[in-house]
Amino acid sequence: MVQLIGIAAVWLVAWKVNAWVSASGNSRISRWLPPVLFGVTVLVVWELAVRVYDISPVLLPAPSAIRVALVENTAVLWEDVVQTFFRGALSGYAIGCGSAFLVGILVDRVPFLKRGLLPVGNFVAALPIIGMAPIMVMWFGFDWQSKAAIVVLMCFFPMLVNTVQGLAATDHMQRDLMRTYASGYWQTLVKLRLPAAMPFVFNGLKICTTLALIGAIVAEFFGSPTKGMGFRISTEVGRLALDMVWAEITVAALVGSGFYGLVALLEKRVTFWHPSHRH
Amino acid sequence: MSDAAVPLRSRIWAGQVIPVVVVVAAIIAIWYAGAVWLNAPWALDQAGRDEVELSATELVADTWSQERPVLPAPHQVVQDLWKSTIGTRITSKRSLFRHAWITLSATLAGFALGSGLGILLAVGIVHDRTMNASVMPWVIASQTIPILAIAPMIIVVLNSIGISGLLPKAIISMYLSFFPVVVGMVKGLRSPNKMLLDQMHTWNASRSQTFWRLRLPSAVPYLFTSLKIGVAASLVGAIIGELPTGAVAGLGARMLSGSYYGQTVQIWSALVMAAILAAALVALVGVAERATLRVMGGR
Repeated sequence: MVQLIGIAAVWLVAWKVNAWVSASGNSRISRWLPPVLFGVTVLVVWELAVRVYDISPVLLPAPSAIRVALVENTAVLWEDVVQTFFRGALSGYAIGCGSAFLVGILVDRVPFLKRGLLPVGNFVAALPIIGMAPIMVMWFGFDWQSKAAIVVLMCFFPMLVNTVQGLAATDHMQRDLMRTYASGYWQTLVKLRLPAAMPFVFNGLKICTTLALIGAIVAEFFGSPTKGMGFRISTEVGRLALDMVWAEITVAALVGSGFYGLVALLEKRVTFWHPSHRH
Repeated sequence: MSDAAVPLRSRIWAGQVIPVVVVVAAIIAIWYAGAVWLNAPWALDQAGRDEVELSATELVADTWSQERPVLPAPHQVVQDLWKSTIGTRITSKRSLFRHAWITLSATLAGFALGSGLGILLAVGIVHDRTMNASVMPWVIASQTIPILAIAPMIIVVLNSIGISGLLPKAIISMYLSFFPVVVGMVKGLRSPNKMLLDQMHTWNASRSQTFWRLRLPSAVPYLFTSLKIGVAASLVGAIIGELPTGAVAGLGARMLSGSYYGQTVQIWSALVMAAILAAALVALVGVAERATLRVMGGR
């Protein structure tokens, strides 16, 4: 009982500090400090709860134990990242998004395809495409090629729909202006419509970063060589080495956020003119 | 210009039905062609061993009727789907209806939990400054984390403390459907502009009155959009949640056991069943959306 009150007190104090920080003005600090404080509080309460109640590491390892696993297994974890992220997810992401972008431009050129393919694309985007993973593993083998293939499938339709929507984002006035400049299809495309489509294109690219990593990891549950994040997670779960599983999850979270952040940064550079990036 | 003035041919051409039908027909045609292309090596190999020459029509017929094809032809999948749903008793272990129901129940439980939790959290975030400042960034950051990767761990940990069956899968579904709902709902609850909020102020409305009469109604369209994303995501969660338990029951288990034993037709029919479920669930949310908006005096 005493321990519970202690843990609750830590939580409450941290919350009060947080409330005070977030209420104190609108400076830079009061924007990034609260989430950091919140994260640290969660970690501290987690650590305390595990120690005080002596929770078995098979159920929930303490953050300190996860850190130890992270530091001790850096080489293995890096190998997994290379296998799953750089080989599987990234190549699939490039192929899937690239081909969807090109097909999107083609679809935009042919109105018939646009009317036919867009509803189908929207429908497919809601389907559990990840279920195709076992089939891809059968077709392309256990190594990263099958992971790249499922990532291509998962990224294709969200990217296609966003590209086509983006290419429709210019209004009549702007296109008419281009026509008065006597610019042809390609000039209009390159100088007006593609730049205008960029916010939509980057929206698709950002959605696909998460899908790519999920696809590559889940496909490894259906078969993989003896490395890779999905393989490591499923085998370490089987051995009940949960600290290693959490270490892998931490790495996956870092890689996922890093990838997303990189794309978001690129978006800021490319679409600096968009209202959501101007201050 | 009246409708009759437009020639019938161009009206059909301009509609949406014909293009969609053409695209779907093209996909099916490509599927059949792909089945021939991918299954031909095995058929030729088999014929080579029996030392018979296959004519072109025989080859095509063979590639569309193999027992374990690399890519089953659409009609094989439909046949298997028919056999394992209508043609099998619902209590049988082979009944696809039974497996679909197991997945569906986990999906619905997870979806209900996830959207309930998501709405509550969104209300908290909108009304409490601290929660907005400290929790919201984590909600957004968590979208970039491949949350499905922890599915096996959740299943195993919950199993070891004696929780098994529907609940672990529902928790994974909950995790997946919860984020779109929070983000959409926060956006929706914040959608009333300054003018509307000021109007509520001039009427001396309390916080709860502003919430019930202004914020909540204006959040409804946003809510339904994110519920559609959420329900599709929670089906994915339930399917993935069935993988690590060792392929006992459910659509995910059918896929896994199919991939163990090379039963490609079985994988495809489970996949089609999952697609039908997903489409039906999204459509159902769409119907609820239209009904709700009509009751609210629809726009």
